[in-house]
Amino acid sequence: MTVHAPLPHDSAKLHVTGEARYTDDIPAPAGALHLAFGLSTIARGTITAMDLTAVRAAPGVHLVLTWQDLPRPADTSPSAHDEPLLSDGTVHYCGQPLFLVAADSHHAARRAAALAKVTTAEETPILTIAEALAANSRFEDGPRVWQKGDPDTAMAAAPHRLTGHLTMGGQEHFYLESQAALALPGENGEMHILTSTQHPTEIQHKVADALGQPMHAVRSEVRRMGGGFGGKESQGNALAVACAIVAALTGRPARMRYDRDDDMTITGKRHDFQIAYTIGHDAEGRILALDVTHYARCGWSLDLSLPVADRAMLHADNAYNLPAVRITSHRLKTNTQSATAFRGFGGPQGMLGMERMMDHLAHTLALDPVELRRRNYYAEADTHTAPAKGPGHGQRFGGEHSPKPRSQTTPYGMEVQDFILHGLTDRLLQTADYATRRAKVDAFNAANPILKRGLAFNPVKFGISFTLTHLNQAGALVHVYQDGSIALNHGGTEMGQGLFQKVAQVVAARFGVDTSVVKITATDTAKVPNTSATAASSGSDLNGMAAQDAADQIIARMSACLAALHQTSPDRVTFADNAVHIGPTTLPFAKAAQLCYQNRVSLSAAGFYRTPDLSWDRIKGQGRPFYYFAYGAALTEVVLDTLTGENRILRADLLHDCGSSLNPALDIGQIEGAYVQGAGWLTTEELVWDAKGRLRTHAPSTYKIPAVSDRPAIFNVTLWDTPNREPTVYRSKAVGEPPFMLGISAHLALRDAVSATGPHWPDLHAPATPEQVLAAIARARGQT
Amino acid sequence: MISFLLNGETVQVADDPTRTLLDHLRDTRGLKGTKEGCNEGDCGACTVMVTDDRGARALNACILFLPQLQGKAVRTVEGISAPDGTLHPVQKAMIAHHGSQCGFCTPGFVVSMAVAHLNGSTDHDESLAGNLCRCTGYAPIIRAARAAESAPVPAHMKADAPLGPLPPPDDAFLPTTSDALAEWYLQNPDATLVAGATDVGLWVTKQHRALPKLAFLHACADLRTVTETDTHLRLGAMLTMSDMAALIAPHHPSYAAMIRRYGSLQVRNAATLGGNIANGSPIGDNPPALIALGATLHLRRGDTRRDLPLESYFLDYGKQDRQPGEFVEAITLPKHAPTFRVYKISKRFDQDISALCGAFNLSLSNGTVTEARIAFGGMAGTPKRATAVENALTGRPLTDETVTQALPAFAQDFTPLTDMRASAAYRLTAAQNLLRRYAADLAGHPTSVLEITP
Repeated sequence: MTVHAPLPHDSAKLHVTGEARYTDDIPAPAGALHLAFGLSTIARGTITAMDLTAVRAAPGVHLVLTWQDLPRPADTSPSAHDEPLLSDGTVHYCGQPLFLVAADSHHAARRAAALAKVTTAEETPILTIAEALAANSRFEDGPRVWQKGDPDTAMAAAPHRLTGHLTMGGQEHFYLESQAALALPGENGEMHILTSTQHPTEIQHKVADALGQPMHAVRSEVRRMGGGFGGKESQGNALAVACAIVAALTGRPARMRYDRDDDMTITGKRHDFQIAYTIGHDAEGRILALDVTHYARCGWSLDLSLPVADRAMLHADNAYNLPAVRITSHRLKTNTQSATAFRGFGGPQGMLGMERMMDHLAHTLALDPVELRRRNYYAEADTHTAPAKGPGHGQRFGGEHSPKPRSQTTPYGMEVQDFILHGLTDRLLQTADYATRRAKVDAFNAANPILKRGLAFNPVKFGISFTLTHLNQAGALVHVYQDGSIALNHGGTEMGQGLFQKVAQVVAARFGVDTSVVKITATDTAKVPNTSATAASSGSDLNGMAAQDAADQIIARMSACLAALHQTSPDRVTFADNAVHIGPTTLPFAKAAQLCYQNRVSLSAAGFYRTPDLSWDRIKGQGRPFYYFAYGAALTEVVLDTLTGENRILRADLLHDCGSSLNPALDIGQIEGAYVQGAGWLTTEELVWDAKGRLRTHAPSTYKIPAVSDRPAIFNVTLWDTPNREPTVYRSKAVGEPPFMLGISAHLALRDAVSATGPHWPDLHAPATPEQVLAAIARARGQT
Repeated sequence: MISFLLNGETVQVADDPTRTLLDHLRDTRGLKGTKEGCNEGDCGACTVMVTDDRGARALNACILFLPQLQGKAVRTVEGISAPDGTLHPVQKAMIAHHGSQCGFCTPGFVVSMAVAHLNGSTDHDESLAGNLCRCTGYAPIIRAARAAESAPVPAHMKADAPLGPLPPPDDAFLPTTSDALAEWYLQNPDATLVAGATDVGLWVTKQHRALPKLAFLHACADLRTVTETDTHLRLGAMLTMSDMAALIAPHHPSYAAMIRRYGSLQVRNAATLGGNIANGSPIGDNPPALIALGATLHLRRGDTRRDLPLESYFLDYGKQDRQPGEFVEAITLPKHAPTFRVYKISKRFDQDISALCGAFNLSLSNGTVTEARIAFGGMAGTPKRATAVENALTGRPLTDETVTQALPAFAQDFTPLTDMRASAAYRLTAAQNLLRRYAADLAGHPTSVLEITP
């Protein structure tokens, strides 16, 4: 069977030979124009004059467009129609596109764009969370507040209270392939857009809107991205719209790629947050009440900030059963890049807040942080296996009249029925040798005055589904050709995660053929319409099921035909071993396909899937926003230098739940990569804006993602290989985002190491750069 | 006209001398396997293999100008598989070990890995420090690199050889001796000298600066001369930082360890000692080390040569003691300095510009400091000696008490700035603590997190 097999990425050979083609590698027809934006150099104000004479006169320039030159207003927002493609005279952030240059080369366009003389009336920008709060600069009319129980009464009644505050930075996606698009004009107003995007339908929608055409006139296609991580969910709109407008105006192909500095200056990043908390607890560390406030810096436009901030609230509990809780969320509007989707989509920020509280509580009570966490965990699900259905599968729980397990709900009223972290934690601590290593770390710290080690654990419980419920749908298109080869198309996009291979494995498994029989084709809105973004870790859950549906439709038709030809019943037709078995007869799959074709059977099907059982009211904060939870846990060991704050990850042990993995090799790859990216967010990756609102870290020379030697020297990753309780595709679980939050353990381990220098609460913020660590050491020693 | 070997075929190129190899490959040759990730030499997605008479090495094509390739052999990812399409062992291993996800950085990794494989290097953390990957977390890439170590080098990888002597190109000044350079530069003092282009490359790719008059120095073999006496090393200005690391390691292991974190292998294969000094950057990592060692700078203008202590070359921010038409010819440094240490502090260990870099060289007699040379980068507008700290230590026993008493002197020597790399307060505290580290280091205490194993 092809599912559950550790097959390589479908494009692995193309990757290693350089043959894999990305958007900017596609040869453009002759006469293509190359675009560049001219950018604002102030963060807030109005344009009083824009002299583009030198830009227009620059070598190779064909066209320069300002807001006034556009045939119709063009917007690039995925949500609120609040992002004009080019500034309409108001400047909202430093890096905002002001005008558009089309030239005969990428460099000619960029060189020309630098020649503009822009005069502005500069205003004082709102840059920080504090400034936004003071100015009441926010999205929505006020903070969102969700509540469970009576937190005020419970807080008042709690024997102990602990308050604290955490600042965490944002994160640049740093996909290695910067944003890129190519527009090919067609006849009769049609436009073919090739982009590096996670959301082809959004590109189609925004381009159609900018051109004044119905969506059917625009075809949006993406074969692969050179990384996405959420940064290509909405941030590619501007390039695609710009290319389409120029292509429509000139009749010439138009292409655009952002230079890395432009990419980092223009596009949104992970939201930075501040989190304030008061915990009511007992002497054993059980949380009795919690009041937590999130402050999210959203930047200048709405983009996806509401669902991001919602998801932070939805993960404010992480793995812990909070009897009484209030979660307040402020979505603050600032004159900075519009913060956007990034792997975890607010979940990491909410979860880091909760894990920080656990850490603070453990430090205060001098309790083992793992033991403290266990005391607050949700109760374990009654069984680790999926409930089988049908006769002979009776069981104590799960039946209509069976006794119900103890009710436990999240702060948003969702029953937690699949909790597995007790067992998972036990196994991780055992395989990672926690107790022994804890003692060794303490012994090392006692013997070494300058270098200190730290060891820390964190669990992850991450909700799977788009919280905007209608997005939880997907389509797929499967063709079986008369030679037995199969073409597969679906609404998901490939950004490196191996989605195409996983879905191909599903289709191959249904037809009982090798994956080499299945041709994976580029995501294309002309083939599968109305796609959701490949986001929220949903790719294989949604598209795998849609493709399975399409395959099963064809299989049913083929079975009926072949059964009739062989005078048997369709249920005696099976597809396996590259063949179709019809009762005692076996036909090679290609022969069976040809036979069905000759008998005029439709060998093409459109499949569809919608996630069941979801209901969610985001204003009330009540319902079941998630189909299920994915779980994981991490133990990380670090060492730091108390003189400089320099630090390293020495070892990480990860145990992660992918249900019954569709492809263990690809899933382990996601987990390893997510951990390092998560640890990078919390250590070396620091975004710095100056007092004028200019991003100072706009290139890899100044913004430091993990390099090869930053990976843990010992890096053990294991799958918790147990079927999903819910009937997902082959009982697998989503994997894209959840393991990102295993990186939180690296930050907690640094706090642990800092605490070897002194008894006071170190109050370590994120990212834990050497400078932050050194400051925390001073606090631990009581020197500040 | 520039001639070089590209994936085994001789090519001739007439183009702007500041055209980068990356643009040439992608836009002129249609070789799209080499990727643009950052266009500043920091991500390695454009890594290519360049072979000359000194062997094969990995370089970043995005900051490599075409004249720098004159007579050399270039191999891109398209030339890493054998001509018959057989995959290179590192390519096979990358597939087998799931070393690619999005695949965009992969061609650069494959080239870096293939060059390391050719050169027999198994220090993968060093070979790959200049290749960023955002998907995999690097673990499967390292597994692949290890798995390919023992495979034989394919024949085509050993076939690249330089083209041999070529006539000078007409579209770029490419001297082959320092005498020719000296004469020309005297006549053209407004020209830009290109050594490794790891800095000048960015003037073109990021600042769009026009550089109408250029001299490319890489063919001046005599500028790579190494002269060794019993007591000193004289190093030619055009030695690359990779050359430098190998030369310095036997004498100053701490310096070599610092160079390992200087840029990345691709950058060190291009960047030169002379370039790092000549450009006068306050955050270059060689000057503090060389100043602490008491190095002498050798400058040449026409046929006039002069020597000066390196610290007196740096006059002020952006201002050096270099006359029009004068260039850095060599550096002389002592071979023996057992108590010399240099420490680089940055947010990320590999391939990061220093927040500060401190170099210490105390002469001790019976535990007493007889002479002190301490210099820092990143603490002022120039690389600068910590004179007040030196004075606070000299004549005193090197004890915790002496060190503690010397710490306030740092504030007399330095008023550092706050920028995106670190705050002024951190820089000052960390600089003080580096003196404490130095004392602990000399006393034999563990002080480096890089030396701790799980």
